[in-house]
Amino acid sequence: MRDFSYLRASSADEARQAALQAGSVLLAGGTTLLDLAKCGVMEPETVIDITYLSGLGGIEVDANGARIGALAKMGEVADHAGIRAAFPAVSESLSLAASAQLRNMATIGGNLLQRTRCSYFREPDVFPACHKRNPGSGCSAMGGITRNHAVLGTSDTCIASYPGDLAVALIAFDAVVELGGRTVSVDDFFLLPGNTPERETVLKRGEMITAITVPASAAARNSTYLKVRDRQSYEFAAASAAVGLEFEADGRTVRDLRVALGGVATKPWRARAVEQALIGTVLSPETVEAASRLAMDGAVSHGANHYKIELAPRVVARAILKVGGLA
Amino acid sequence: MTIMEPRKHGDASDGTVGGRQTRFEGNLKVTGGATYALEYPVEGLAYAILVQSTIPAGSVVSVDAKKALAAAGVLMVLTPDDDMGLLVASDWGGNRPENQPYYPLPRQVQYNGQSIAAVVAESREQAVEAARLICITYEKAPHVASFNDTAAGEGKVMDNLTSGWGDAEAALAAAPVQIEGEYSTPREYHVAMEPHGLTVKWDGDQITVWEPSQWSHGMARSYSEWFGIPYENVRLISPFIGGGFGSKGAALAHGAVAAFAARKLGRPVKLALTRPQNFTNYGGRAATRQTIKIGATEDGVLQAIVHRGASETSTYADWPEQTGAATPILYRIENFSSQHRVVPVNTVTPGALRGPGKNPSAFGIESAMEELAYKLGMDPLELRLKNYADRDYQSGKPWSTRRLREALIEGAAAFGWSKRSHEPRSMRDGNQLVGWGIGCGTFPVIQAPSEAMIRILRNGRVEVVSGAIDMGQGTYTILAQTAAEVFGIPVDQVEVHLGDSRLPGSAIAGGSMLAGSILGAVHKAATAARDELIGLALNDEKSPLRDTGANTLTFSGGRIAVPRDRGPSLTLSELMAALGRDEIEIRRNTLPEGATVQEQHQAWTTMAKVQGPTMGEYSMHSWCAHFAEVRVDEDFGTVRVSRIVSAFDCGRLYNPRLVESQWRGGIIMGIGQALLEEGLVDQRNGRTVNNNMGDYLVPTNADVPHIEVISVGIPDYGASALGGKGVGEVGIVGVAPAIANAVFHATGKRVRDLPITLEKLI
Ligand SMILES: Cc1cc2nc3c(=O)[nH]c(=O)nc-3n(C[C@H](O)[C@H](O)[C@H](O)COP(=O)(O)OP(=O)(O)OC[C@H]3O[C@@H](n4cnc5c(N)ncnc54)[C@H](O)[C@@H]3O)c2cc1C
Ligand code: SF4
Repeated sequence: MRDFSYLRASSADEARQAALQAGSVLLAGGTTLLDLAKCGVMEPETVIDITYLSGLGGIEVDANGARIGALAKMGEVADHAGIRAAFPAVSESLSLAASAQLRNMATIGGNLLQRTRCSYFREPDVFPACHKRNPGSGCSAMGGITRNHAVLGTSDTCIASYPGDLAVALIAFDAVVELGGRTVSVDDFFLLPGNTPERETVLKRGEMITAITVPASAAARNSTYLKVRDRQSYEFAAASAAVGLEFEADGRTVRDLRVALGGVATKPWRARAVEQALIGTVLSPETVEAASRLAMDGAVSHGANHYKIELAPRVVARAILKVGGLA
Repeated sequence: MTIMEPRKHGDASDGTVGGRQTRFEGNLKVTGGATYALEYPVEGLAYAILVQSTIPAGSVVSVDAKKALAAAGVLMVLTPDDDMGLLVASDWGGNRPENQPYYPLPRQVQYNGQSIAAVVAESREQAVEAARLICITYEKAPHVASFNDTAAGEGKVMDNLTSGWGDAEAALAAAPVQIEGEYSTPREYHVAMEPHGLTVKWDGDQITVWEPSQWSHGMARSYSEWFGIPYENVRLISPFIGGGFGSKGAALAHGAVAAFAARKLGRPVKLALTRPQNFTNYGGRAATRQTIKIGATEDGVLQAIVHRGASETSTYADWPEQTGAATPILYRIENFSSQHRVVPVNTVTPGALRGPGKNPSAFGIESAMEELAYKLGMDPLELRLKNYADRDYQSGKPWSTRRLREALIEGAAAFGWSKRSHEPRSMRDGNQLVGWGIGCGTFPVIQAPSEAMIRILRNGRVEVVSGAIDMGQGTYTILAQTAAEVFGIPVDQVEVHLGDSRLPGSAIAGGSMLAGSILGAVHKAATAARDELIGLALNDEKSPLRDTGANTLTFSGGRIAVPRDRGPSLTLSELMAALGRDEIEIRRNTLPEGATVQEQHQAWTTMAKVQGPTMGEYSMHSWCAHFAEVRVDEDFGTVRVSRIVSAFDCGRLYNPRLVESQWRGGIIMGIGQALLEEGLVDQRNGRTVNNNMGDYLVPTNADVPHIEVISVGIPDYGASALGGKGVGEVGIVGVAPAIANAVFHATGKRVRDLPITLEKLI
């Protein structure tokens, strides 16, 4: 691990200023940053610790929605009574993520910015070719072991999947990232790899996530996060779905439906085609199954990840049926 | 030496052999008081880190270490250009080529992730950073990434593993019912929590090595031979191990590198492998594949088994992961043929991992037996009982004890097997398909001579002293129980000193052979020490027991007395005081009478004197039957094990609590093997890409269901002095097929290649 200097920021402005320097990175819980520094993927010259800053933590929930400070811990948010009531999918996405130890360390801001688990990304000495790490160098994953790689949103340069869970739930409910000076929807916050897989978000140098807000909705209140994986706990999703549903007054016709997918795409993936197909209809297992398949429109497999194209719609369907009271 | 204080728990009977005494070292471990090899506080340490190849085959043309040497804190860089002047050490059998140089950092690259250089610096972080500055130029050679690569070929037949009797091919062809299947298991790894590594220090030509070890004496021998110093000059210390599972039985290249660096620098050196390096610096379980053909009569009597197996090995050594190890002995079979090949590929030489050989072998035969049961439309339990082996058809010898029938019957009863419905997909719980399966397992009883010392101290305490290892399986505890029983004292009056090559010699903590071997030695030494004390007590003029007319004494309840209360009784310390003795020290071994010093040394430091299961008049093995229940999500293909009942015949249990814990540990590893574990090798460069614990998955607590273990064994005095058979290895054997069989019962899908990941079921 390379030597770096450590700066404990005493104000958000100081942190932003310091982060303007090339080679500087913010440090929150450190569970992504230190891991990748040990792998030789991130090589910070200066680490700016923001965990001592006040005003960046806290979780507030009211009738309009939730505001979650960037430094709130994953575990705190998962267990927050207001979040659990108004946004069950958000709480579940966190409690099904990582391990208890990690959830106690890791922050919400850092969580959004976790990096891919592509094995080739993580071993620079052995696999020098990786466009994401080193633009123009190639992609070692293509033609290699791709069981966990994305089937949606891929490009010719990169097929790495976005591994996080929380962002999937956030994107389903139109959450917004506060960046100090500006706000961006979570959907717009994440970028497709295209020809620039090294750019994963719209975050600019010197910008900091200060909070995340999630508007309240009936769909969010009746929501779930379903995460499917081989290991019962402590594994990233093979495929996951955040789903929220609101019925019309008749209790059967879909007024609002939110569907987002994780573990299968290069960014947290909103499946609007599935939503559109079912809004205004009365759910049945058959219609849900058929609509869920639309989530895979445009999906491309790269060998061993082919199963995700089959699996993900089933996960979506199960989640919809669950919140719809049919499973 | 570490002194163990027993935990006070349970009643007095816990303290004797067969009692449920809790672990002696348990408190130390959970409070952080147990010092592991990499934690020894040694003054003036320098830190070494290995640099490994990033290509699978070829040679190192040059190593440019200029930048690394100039980096902060760097003390030394070692490369293939450094002749360390070492000599090749003996193999496990004790065979050693004359004067052959040993290069722990070789120029020839034989696999991706092979150690080829090392950096030593003032801090570990500096060493790691400098290691990244080293520039290696290779000349690449073609490689074979795995035995699935067409270039790998068929491999070579291991003649010593070819076995057969009757006329298997003919009997198979004539059999009215036949099945055939190909079964495979991937590369699997030990992933012990404690990584490999060591702290090493020289004082002149004396070397002290703190290194996790399953065999202090065998590993000390390697250090002495590498460096050409007398065996007595090496002290290898290993009182605690954070998991070995077969990986910590031999000294490895990184040990030689660290020891050389320490000597050259004149400073103690610590070297710890990184987690990824733990995947390539020593071998895990080899990938295997095997075809099994079984012929049977229509009513399910086996007629023939034909087995052909193969496992990967390295390009520089033959390590067979014997796929035919359990196949010949599980069932009554008159016509049998088995052959095993090794296929050299560019990997580190594989090694022993829990249940070596028997484990993948059982996956094959136990899966195949259930395939046969379904072909016959027969209950798999009934098929197994019908073909019960009344003797060992391979060696022709009678079993010493074999209570596999009881294991099957009692396991089935506890599991509720009779409530099973035979048809696949016939049991369901909502979205979950439920299935039940059986898998039998076995592991041979292996023994090696051992030595132990007993000291009776004036304060009435008894010390048990041995170089044997406790890697969590309970050596401290059962040795204390043995001594406590012999002297009739509470277990907390015993101290146990282990894990040091300077202490009396011992069998390896591996192959489930330690308990049976070392207990024999401790029992012998303790009995001899007691006899010595009796002799003194009855004859020494200072002894209050001298004129009682007794010709022996009883040891019970902490007191030494004349039989039938015909005289005074004393505690050990009172007697020692009366005798005016400070200590009585007795050393005994289980070698034949009159073994020379050389023979003793050979016995403790090599495997030359190890006794296999059929070397005597019996065929001796541990046995088990696992019953697994799985729930498979029909849509997602995810498998969860919801219940396991396992019944074991491991002879007499010296401490049922610790044995049950070992069985459960083996079963949990079996769950990982069945459902999760697989080294993913990139065929393009032979790299194991999931070389970390985030990507190489082992079970978490959430994956472990209620596991009920049952002992059906009886003391087997043919197998060991105190009647026990091995317990450590057998627990994992048969678990994976039990789960695979349950998955078939649940889903109707037969998965013949492990692990059973979700994509194989959707
Ligand atoms: C073994 C393992 C398993 C895991 N499993 C899961 C899982 O199943 N599901 C899941 O969702 N996640 C999982 N994770 C990822 C984990 O959730 C993230 O590592 C964690 O949330 C990151 O948060 P942190 O506070 O530790 O971030 P840090 O490591 O401190 O920061 C991560 C990145 O974000 C930047 N950053 C941090 N805070 C801010 C801010 N406020 N503004 C701008 N930039 C910022 C940092 O500069 C850094 O680049 C796992 C991680 C590990 C190591
Ligand atoms: S998939 Fe993306 S992250 Fe992985 S190696 Fe290719 S470019 Fe790098």
